[in-house]
Amino acid sequence: MDAFKQHFDEKIDKELTIEPKDWMPDEYRKTLIRQISQHAHSEIVGMLPEGNWITRAPSLRRKAVLLAKVQDEAGHGLYLYSAAETLGISRDEMLDQLHTGKAKYSSIFNYPTITWADMGAIGWLVDGAAIMNQVPLCRTSYGPYARAMVRVCKEESFHQRQGFEIMLTLSNGSAIQKKMAQDALNRWWWPSLMMFGPPDAESPHTEQSVRWRIKRFTNDELRQKFVDVTVEQAKVLGLTIPDPELKWNEERGHYDMGPINWDEFWNVVKGNGPCNKQRLDTRRQAWEDGAWVRDAAMAYANKKAARSNKKTAEAA
Amino acid sequence: MSELSNKEKAEWPLWEVFIRSKAGLDHKHVGSLHAADADMAIENARDVYTRRMEGISLWVVESKYVHASNPDDAGSLYDPANDKIYRHPTFYNLPDEVKYM
Repeated sequence: MDAFKQHFDEKIDKELTIEPKDWMPDEYRKTLIRQISQHAHSEIVGMLPEGNWITRAPSLRRKAVLLAKVQDEAGHGLYLYSAAETLGISRDEMLDQLHTGKAKYSSIFNYPTITWADMGAIGWLVDGAAIMNQVPLCRTSYGPYARAMVRVCKEESFHQRQGFEIMLTLSNGSAIQKKMAQDALNRWWWPSLMMFGPPDAESPHTEQSVRWRIKRFTNDELRQKFVDVTVEQAKVLGLTIPDPELKWNEERGHYDMGPINWDEFWNVVKGNGPCNKQRLDTRRQAWEDGAWVRDAAMAYANKKAARSNKKTAEAA
Repeated sequence: MSELSNKEKAEWPLWEVFIRSKAGLDHKHVGSLHAADADMAIENARDVYTRRMEGISLWVVESKYVHASNPDDAGSLYDPANDKIYRHPTFYNLPDEVKYM
């Protein structure tokens, strides 16, 4: 056992990947299953706030783009579920954990998408924050997860750009359109910063996860990076970040920011956000309504296989 | 728990997906997915793994038919190759006058 552990630690130290059949500590496996399945659930639930606008996109171009983006999210969910399955949990078990509320997904998707500008803000800020989180994960220690993240990251950058383009078009449009863009930024800014998770001081698992290379940067490091690049992008849009305390700190070489409302964050995590119930109900209903399709497809496949077996037997 | 295992029985089988990215290259493993049968696995693979011109040909293999070597055997399987450097062309010294060999 100790020899296994030592071998595992050496691989981690040498930046080698851990593959499904390799020995790994139980806690490493558990942490990965939790992290990857949460990530997968976020992709799948993340389809809902945007799906809300597909039928009402302002042009055929925007509709095609949004449809492609939402389809990508479904793909990302699948890559990630597959990666988690290599750790010994079944797809149905993960979905069950989502539907019973045992597993979490990113809290950001519990906010409503009330105007078209929200499609812009989500692409720009939410996908932007996701990319910040995900790029380092392309080098995470667990092979199947890292490879899934490479695919996700390649596709994600279109998502952020299309969102920024929506914001740019609105910002350059009529006064009302610009106001709509600013309103979306006001509502999505703080929840986007919360996406990086609680401050390092209150994130007990960070140290171990960094040690295992499941995480490569801390929550606060990534949040700072996101703020530094996004503030500059907001200037291009001519929009104002809704944080009166936001200020460039020459000494640190970073932007200082105002305090985040962590009570709001925990409240949404606990299930009391504006859309928690709606999102879970929609997911559960989709799962239940699809049950007969899953059963019918399986019954058909079994029947077809039985028929072809019979034919082979008769021919022999 | 018994409810869960019943559900699991209904789960579509898992398939491994391989893509030939362009003519002349090998099929390469890209990931996996669930499907009721091979036809559906190919259709799903098309939708999930080739949305951006990633390939021109797909293979799907039901995961249960993939047999893998055990990582613990890596030593006994691959170490013997280490001391057979005479299998590489650079092991042999040839006079400079010899060309195209």
